[in-house]
Amino acid sequence: MIWNSKYETMPRGELEALQLERLKAQLSRVYEKVPFYRHAFQQQGITPDSIRSLADMSKIPFTTKQDFRDNYPFGLLAVPLQQVCRLHASSGTTGKPVVAPYTANDLRMWTEVMARTLTSAGVTKDDVMQNAYGYGLFTGGLGFHYGGERVGAAVIPTSTGNTKRQLMLIQDIGTTVLTCTPSYTLILAEAAAEIGMDLRLTKLRLGICGAEPWTEQMRTEIESKLPIKAMDIYGLTEVVGPGVSVECPHRCGLHIFEDHFLPEIVDPQTGARLPNGQKGELVLTTLTKEALPVIRFRTRDIASLRAEPCQCGRTLVRMTKVTGRTDDMLKIRGVNVFPSQIESILLQVEGVEPHYLIIVDRERHLDDLEVWIEVSEAVFSDEMRKMEALQKKVKDEVEATLGIGVRIKLVEPKSIARTEGKAKRVVDRREL
Amino acid sequence: MKIRQVSVFVENKPGRLVEMLEVLKGQKMNIRALCISEGSDFGIVRMILSDPAKGADAIRKAGFTATETTVLHSEMPDEPGGLLETVAKPLAEAGINLEYFYAFINPSPGKANIVLKVSDPDRAEQVLRR
Ligand SMILES: [Zn+2]
Repeated sequence: MIWNSKYETMPRGELEALQLERLKAQLSRVYEKVPFYRHAFQQQGITPDSIRSLADMSKIPFTTKQDFRDNYPFGLLAVPLQQVCRLHASSGTTGKPVVAPYTANDLRMWTEVMARTLTSAGVTKDDVMQNAYGYGLFTGGLGFHYGGERVGAAVIPTSTGNTKRQLMLIQDIGTTVLTCTPSYTLILAEAAAEIGMDLRLTKLRLGICGAEPWTEQMRTEIESKLPIKAMDIYGLTEVVGPGVSVECPHRCGLHIFEDHFLPEIVDPQTGARLPNGQKGELVLTTLTKEALPVIRFRTRDIASLRAEPCQCGRTLVRMTKVTGRTDDMLKIRGVNVFPSQIESILLQVEGVEPHYLIIVDRERHLDDLEVWIEVSEAVFSDEMRKMEALQKKVKDEVEATLGIGVRIKLVEPKSIARTEGKAKRVVDRREL
Repeated sequence: MKIRQVSVFVENKPGRLVEMLEVLKGQKMNIRALCISEGSDFGIVRMILSDPAKGADAIRKAGFTATETTVLHSEMPDEPGGLLETVAKPLAEAGINLEYFYAFINPSPGKANIVLKVSDPDRAEQVLRR
């Protein structure tokens, strides 16, 4: 199903003309209203008029997370505060959060893209949607909430946590759609198994998962443990929150709502623009945001773009599933390692649970990589020989993929802390 | 004869074995035999319990990974060469692999107990019965 056929299936030529028109207006506005952008443009020796085509985008300087920090809280605001009707903020792990103000039009646009997102993922007005994204400063809770209401689903605003109550509601109210982080679906499955609840006997059929990178292997795991089709969504606080892109039923990438968000892929090191199909850092420009327009924002997420038409009828470009971030990237003995690479390997080993922890340490000036894996009954054997074979198998596969040595440590179940939001996968003890 | 053995994954860190044993004590479970196989940072604790199903269940509920397997229990004479002549040799001659075994005391004098994990328990049972 398509929520807004006019924009979601617009012929490419028409769509690109619309993007250019909106981009020009957006650039003029930020140049006039936001000193940060005006200075950045002037330093580059350009004005909004220098941009005559979408290809001219590469002349515009990037905006980074650091720019948000430097301009905290309202330095990037493009409207008077009186026009702001809501504020969200990211869960900054260090220092100040990213503040995201919205005007009434911004909220309407956000609800629109969330309605498109949910419709694309398969939600209809007949659904009961249990929204276990965090309500509050985090954009996930309210973003999904208003999108769900717009589509006409019955929304249960459970927010995160209280896993037992989540399960009770799934059972008693007959929840059909679960919206939460991918790792939380597995926490729910684990908790259901513990209390002897068979999720297959519930009405659950769909999960809409985002807010953290996850792999195809994790999707397989989720779909084997819960009776849901797990759909991937993408978004970020600096740009809008959830609602930037979503999978369609063909699950061949995430369609970006390009009439509102203009995507580019650049080389994370040089910043040079990369052609479609090539993997690099996703850069986004908002085309219609009023309160917090953002120009060429470096998302730090690794993806590639595909512009070929999709079987679903959408003409919108597709981005690959984000499985890594430039800042998750660990440099171990000079080798670039993404936690998602290790996750993929682990999940290919029969019976291994997606609960793992990567520990990087530096001993005698040498980086040391250790991966903890929880031993579930599926992989446990009373024979030491078999346990050692499991350890060796994982070790060999990780080493073959990464090209660096690793120690595999088998640990007891639940030794690795469970989080209800973003899962913590890496402990870096190196003091660099 | 075939009996059920409960095996538990225990990390090599202080107090974990004690915690597991506390669980069994809390269930008033008698441990008839126990052996620990040690790896570099974990151990496999194998036990013959007075009530294996109940014991395994309690251990799992306490958060451990446990599994139940079928092993053989046999009696042998408590004398020099007893293990060799009544167990090891007959199994080797029948081409049955011994994965591991452990022995424990038998209350009747002159006898010892042995628990064996073998490649083919059915055939091993017949061999040992002879
Ligand atoms: Zn599609």
